[in-house]
Amino acid sequence: MHGGTAFANEPIRIGAVFSVTGPAAFLGEPERNTAKMMEEEINKAGGLLGRKVEVVVYDDESDATKAVTAVDRLIKKDKVVAIIGPSTSGNTLAIIPKVEEAKIPLISCAAAKKINLPVKRYVFKTAQSDAIFVKKIYQHAKKNGWTKVALLSASDAYGSAGREDLKELAGQFGITVVGDEVFGPKDTDMTAQLTKIKGTAAQAIVCWGTNPGPAVIARNRAQLGIKTPLYMSQGVASKKFIELAGKENSEGIFLPAGRLLVEDQVDPKHPQKKVLAGYIKDYEGKFKGGVSAFGGHAFDAMKLIELAIRNGKSAEPEAIRDHIEKIRGLWGAGGEFNLSPADHSGLTEDSMVMVKIVKGDWDLIK
Amino acid sequence: MPFSSFLQFIVSGVTVGATYGLTALGFTMIFNTTGIINFAQGEFVMLGGMLAVFSMKWGGLPLPVAVPLSVLLVTAMGVGVDRLTIRPMRGKPAVSLVIVTIGVSILLRGGAMLIFGKDTHALPPFSEGAAIPLGGASLLPQSIWVVGITLAVLVAMKVFFDRTITGKAMLACACDRKAASLMGINVDVMVTVSFAFSALVGALGGVILAPITLTAYDVGILLGLKGFAACILGGLGNPFGAVAGGLIIGVLESLGAGFLSSGYKDAIAFVILLALLFLRPSGLFGKASADRV
Repeated sequence: MHGGTAFANEPIRIGAVFSVTGPAAFLGEPERNTAKMMEEEINKAGGLLGRKVEVVVYDDESDATKAVTAVDRLIKKDKVVAIIGPSTSGNTLAIIPKVEEAKIPLISCAAAKKINLPVKRYVFKTAQSDAIFVKKIYQHAKKNGWTKVALLSASDAYGSAGREDLKELAGQFGITVVGDEVFGPKDTDMTAQLTKIKGTAAQAIVCWGTNPGPAVIARNRAQLGIKTPLYMSQGVASKKFIELAGKENSEGIFLPAGRLLVEDQVDPKHPQKKVLAGYIKDYEGKFKGGVSAFGGHAFDAMKLIELAIRNGKSAEPEAIRDHIEKIRGLWGAGGEFNLSPADHSGLTEDSMVMVKIVKGDWDLIK
Repeated sequence: MPFSSFLQFIVSGVTVGATYGLTALGFTMIFNTTGIINFAQGEFVMLGGMLAVFSMKWGGLPLPVAVPLSVLLVTAMGVGVDRLTIRPMRGKPAVSLVIVTIGVSILLRGGAMLIFGKDTHALPPFSEGAAIPLGGASLLPQSIWVVGITLAVLVAMKVFFDRTITGKAMLACACDRKAASLMGINVDVMVTVSFAFSALVGALGGVILAPITLTAYDVGILLGLKGFAACILGGLGNPFGAVAGGLIIGVLESLGAGFLSSGYKDAIAFVILLALLFLRPSGLFGKASADRV
């Protein structure tokens, strides 16, 4: 392997727009860290096509207008060949027209299905759609014979998108929605909604929201002595949720998550094990605070671009786009990516596992 | 719908309502002395909870020390807010002072975000124990703390304003600053005292709430808004009205979520608030004010 410096070439510039500050900083910060870490690793291993890689990161401060400005700068001033991010669905949707017009491939780290619906020529994403998590939950509920569910979702964009998918997909699994309650993302008491659900025939409750709402729900559920099984969404898949809800109150709660969350329990022979262990070791050796699924999205986005450049032996935007679309069987932090012209996300519900909270820790359900 | 559900809605509503009422009491305190609305009141509540959380987390203090320490610190900050921002503006119209308090609230919120970060935090409950069953409904021990402390603060305030010279002097400052000062009342001191008290009430609210509702740098916005609505509903300046207003809004929200739709919970409470204000513009327990010309 020879060093890229010998060619004295311009580096390959990859743009990145993340919400490093602002309300979505919990997404953007690990994503930025991961992208910069990958840049260093690729360069240490000799770069790409003999050239160094440079990741130019802009912070959109969780603001859609700033994301658009940042993308403009990346395309016009920094002349990047591909862009990863933004962190949130709203910001991704805001910049799609820009990248489509400039014909620069974009790999978003956000989850909304609208990003890939309809499929756009230059737009990809590495975060699983809500529908994938919903399917995983319903599969698990059906296996346990819980066919009547009550929904409890946040009234923000994340909660209402999940609620739509939960209602739409229930029929496919023979599940009936018998309760449909909503809570404000800043509400501090959900006993009213839970009392109402208690009065229905629900055999399981599915809660869709991001902290702190779901933590309050876990506490209120314990307070009301409700024994109906409770599913949470991936929006709370971090130890912070258990800390906020309290160990006793979160006992027995189910949630779908990527294998990254339970890497220590993944079978050593599983094809994803090596990727996960490597990412966790590198990340935790460099940054304080553990890895999260969000940083994993940036990890996968970088991997896809790296592989596309290697496979196509070209760092031209059009070639990168073509070769991202051809990637099959790539194990990343989120799961196995199988992309095609019709599927620009490439993950299925097999990328997920069901996890149960036992004694304040995640327990992989085999 | 069974009676136990109805009872649960009331229990939940009263707990949440007491938190609004407690915030509203802080508004009342400052309004009664200065005639202004202190929009940083919600931030006092936030700081009460956050400082308690972090004196446990960073200072390693036990809960019974962290709570009074946090309340004292916030009280001192209330004095600081008055001395640094309100007193230099003496003699300016009320509306300018109100805008200053909005600025202070943004500053406190931003400062808390930078120092403590954006995460949500939980405080352990004051007394251990499981939920108490109550005729089919269940009640958290912490809820009793919340309602109890709210009522205690209410009684203390009522006695203070009605029975003590200092309390009456404070009321006099709001009525007519100049006349009060001519009667030998030190208006500046009274204003400082009112800021100290309202910060104390706010911080007290913040620490008793944190075990139930969790706390973060931005919880002050919503609490401030609901507390302000409670004040208006009960009639500005009346401590009893403030608590009653808070309880009414809390119970309405809870019943609205339970019987109508949880999606329109906030809307239901505010529509009723608007309707009441059309009928009684001075609030439920407020006296209609008349200016002599």
